[in-house]
Amino acid sequence: MRPGSEQEMSEAIRAASGPVRIVGGGTRGGFGTGEVIETGGLSGITLYEPGALTLVARAGTPLSEIEDALARENQRLAFEPMDHRALLGTRGKPTLGGVAAGNISGPRRIQAGAARDFMLGVRFVDGSGTIVKNGGRVMKNVTGYDLVKLMAGSWGQLGVLTEISLKVLPVPEMQATLVLHGLNDRDAVAAMSRALGSPYEVTGAAHLPASGRTCLRIEGFERSVQYRLEALGQLFAEAAQDRIVDSAENAILWQAIRDAEHLAESAGNIWRISVKPSDSPVVAERLGAKAHFFDWGGGLVWACLRRGDDARHALTGISGHATLVRADPADLAKLPRLQPEPPAIAKLTDGLRRKFDPRGLFRSEPVTA
Amino acid sequence: MDMPTPDSAVLSRKDEIVARLRKVLPADAVIADVAETRAYECDALTAYKCPPLAAVLPASTEEVSDVLRICHEMGVPVVPRGSGTSLAGGALPTADCVILGVARLNEVIETDYDNRFIRVQTGRTNLSVTGAVEEEQFFYAPDPSSQLACAIAGNIAMNSGGAHCLKYGVTTNNLLGVTMVQMDGTVVELGGAHLDAGGLDLLGVICGSEGQLGVVTEATLRILRKPEGARPVLMGFGSNEVAGACVSDIIKAGVLPVAIEFMDRPCIRACEAFAKAGYPDCEALLIVEVEGSDAEIDHQLSLIMEIARRHDPVELREAKDADEAGRIWLGRKSAFGAMGQINDYMCLDGTIPVSELPRVLTRIAEMSKEYGLDVANVFHAGDGNMHPLILFNANEPGQLEKCEALGADILKLCVEVGGCLTGEHGVGIEKRDLMHTQYAPEDLEAQMAVKDVFDPGWLLNPAKVFPLDASDARRSVKIAAE
Repeated sequence: MRPGSEQEMSEAIRAASGPVRIVGGGTRGGFGTGEVIETGGLSGITLYEPGALTLVARAGTPLSEIEDALARENQRLAFEPMDHRALLGTRGKPTLGGVAAGNISGPRRIQAGAARDFMLGVRFVDGSGTIVKNGGRVMKNVTGYDLVKLMAGSWGQLGVLTEISLKVLPVPEMQATLVLHGLNDRDAVAAMSRALGSPYEVTGAAHLPASGRTCLRIEGFERSVQYRLEALGQLFAEAAQDRIVDSAENAILWQAIRDAEHLAESAGNIWRISVKPSDSPVVAERLGAKAHFFDWGGGLVWACLRRGDDARHALTGISGHATLVRADPADLAKLPRLQPEPPAIAKLTDGLRRKFDPRGLFRSEPVTA
Repeated sequence: MDMPTPDSAVLSRKDEIVARLRKVLPADAVIADVAETRAYECDALTAYKCPPLAAVLPASTEEVSDVLRICHEMGVPVVPRGSGTSLAGGALPTADCVILGVARLNEVIETDYDNRFIRVQTGRTNLSVTGAVEEEQFFYAPDPSSQLACAIAGNIAMNSGGAHCLKYGVTTNNLLGVTMVQMDGTVVELGGAHLDAGGLDLLGVICGSEGQLGVVTEATLRILRKPEGARPVLMGFGSNEVAGACVSDIIKAGVLPVAIEFMDRPCIRACEAFAKAGYPDCEALLIVEVEGSDAEIDHQLSLIMEIARRHDPVELREAKDADEAGRIWLGRKSAFGAMGQINDYMCLDGTIPVSELPRVLTRIAEMSKEYGLDVANVFHAGDGNMHPLILFNANEPGQLEKCEALGADILKLCVEVGGCLTGEHGVGIEKRDLMHTQYAPEDLEAQMAVKDVFDPGWLLNPAKVFPLDASDARRSVKIAAE
């Protein structure tokens, strides 16, 4: 089914008699089983005001369409949403709805914020078919509860997003990367913490153990980038280093980090683990992964584990959460895709699901691509 | 302003309630004497006052949990209170409520510069969070004007902003985790020093829920390294339209200042008379601040001034040093004080799309004439968060009501042009009955469904946020159940 309007989406949900599976571009392995309801019929940018840094689009709008419109005004989605296609081997076009529903963010999350931080408003259809709006299209809004955050990253478990308004930002004049060579996990995280704790506004900090590179990204006006790149390099005078100033080269490097391309070829289950940066070397050691790398200055661990292995064992005594991003179907029966919640939290999230989806339409076991 | 009739069953059990609270708290942490409870009768929205049944000052999460469990068992409403600086009446008591003040929860629990966070008890003031880390050149970014006094608990409840959120975001963008006590006494940990939620983003919905979902006792906050420096430029323009266009052009040009402040003529004049900051006598004034090293600041300011020159400024003044910067900010920072000197005033907080600035300012000027009340405008122009100040005389009968009616009309205008009722102060009781203008019944129903889950008895911070007629059924169910 492919509703052509928000009203039709509402009717489709109202009429649904069993579980549904909401599909945008189908590139991220969404949740749900049962009848497929596509959001592709809800497409198009409805408002774009570059001078107000605001864009509003329907949920089924292909991300590429949004990125093209922004690029024409020299603006972008600063949270740098990951493209899952390489990692999951999916086809199709990522949509804005998928980005919002998954709170999909990339390396710049560490400095600029996540998708949730750039979502100003949503419209959605809940499990009863009711159309709800929350937030709006202005940057500061504390009018009532923030259901925008609740919908961001909910993977459609509370409703089908139909429209999203976003804060967008200018594309900086220049990007550059300072690359440190030969650091082990622990030293790399220490270096990234030092860089992120400097006044030089690092917008990406990733450690790639396979190639022994620790990458620190700086963005802004050319003169400013040159200055900060130099200053940052001096902080690590003792380390072997080089600099990437070519824009194409930078784009390739950070896209690969964003999309976890370093793990795409590894056979096994792919995990994404959020911890405080200084915990990541311990987590990596405990995981004994076939391959891993760190983003977010160490705050995000990407790892490829043998099938059947549970990454959550590595989080004993460590606060954080692990998501199973790519899994062998047989493993999904044993390993939940999202981090299990402690009882008091589970009671709250369960209560919310019952309120927003009383018939349990969206509440089936997650499926993977 | 209507408030629900106090629950007579609760009022009649005051002695029993107080006795139970005294069993779990030190003697000086339970305030039940009628004269002493007066200290809690209002917050910074002083037009409305009501002494609570009692006030408690717990000093730990456990004590907060004990208090809430007792109130839950006895069906007593609880109004959480930070420092009482809410301009929206967010901490206004009801006669049958217990005020839960977090003032004694003021410790720093952990500072971690490597991982860039601080964990504090939430009674700590906003400015003292930065105070705890500035020796290491770090700071906590959200900076509401009341930051010297306001508590982190209230910042979280209202999702407070500040002058610098164009670059750094508001509270929700800088809040990593909380310890929260639910109305039934259950303690939950949400988030932590890591980023984002593993499941539903409950932290995101707690922030800005105006103390209606739980009492936040501890918070993990993101801290940032201070920039090398910051300097403003002051620009005067011949009309609001031109100043508005200049703001838009600066943003489009890819410069992202940390702050863009806008003042209109009535505000400029009042500030000048009060603070003598040497502001030009013009229709509209912008203060734009950028950050970085000296060379970076020079470069950004030169770009901004180049844009400003295309709009025929009547004045363009770049701060060359800290002293000049201080003088540029002097007038703006004394704006509210200046207004208070000449009149009583009511401060509004609507947000509009930046592109609507000229139209909204023109319309506000017309409304001001219609009502016969002066309005001065000072606001964060980069993000469209307006603060129209309506001047009135509280001693003249009928003026407060007139002022409130004008305020409501201005906020409706904000909604009409695509904005919202409140950008950073919160709904509280002040904008509660205007919520219908921004949200349809089903939109409010969805928000109230969240409250149903966290506080099924609707005991926490009652009669705020939602129009009384919309929440009535839920609040009476509670009473009927007892």
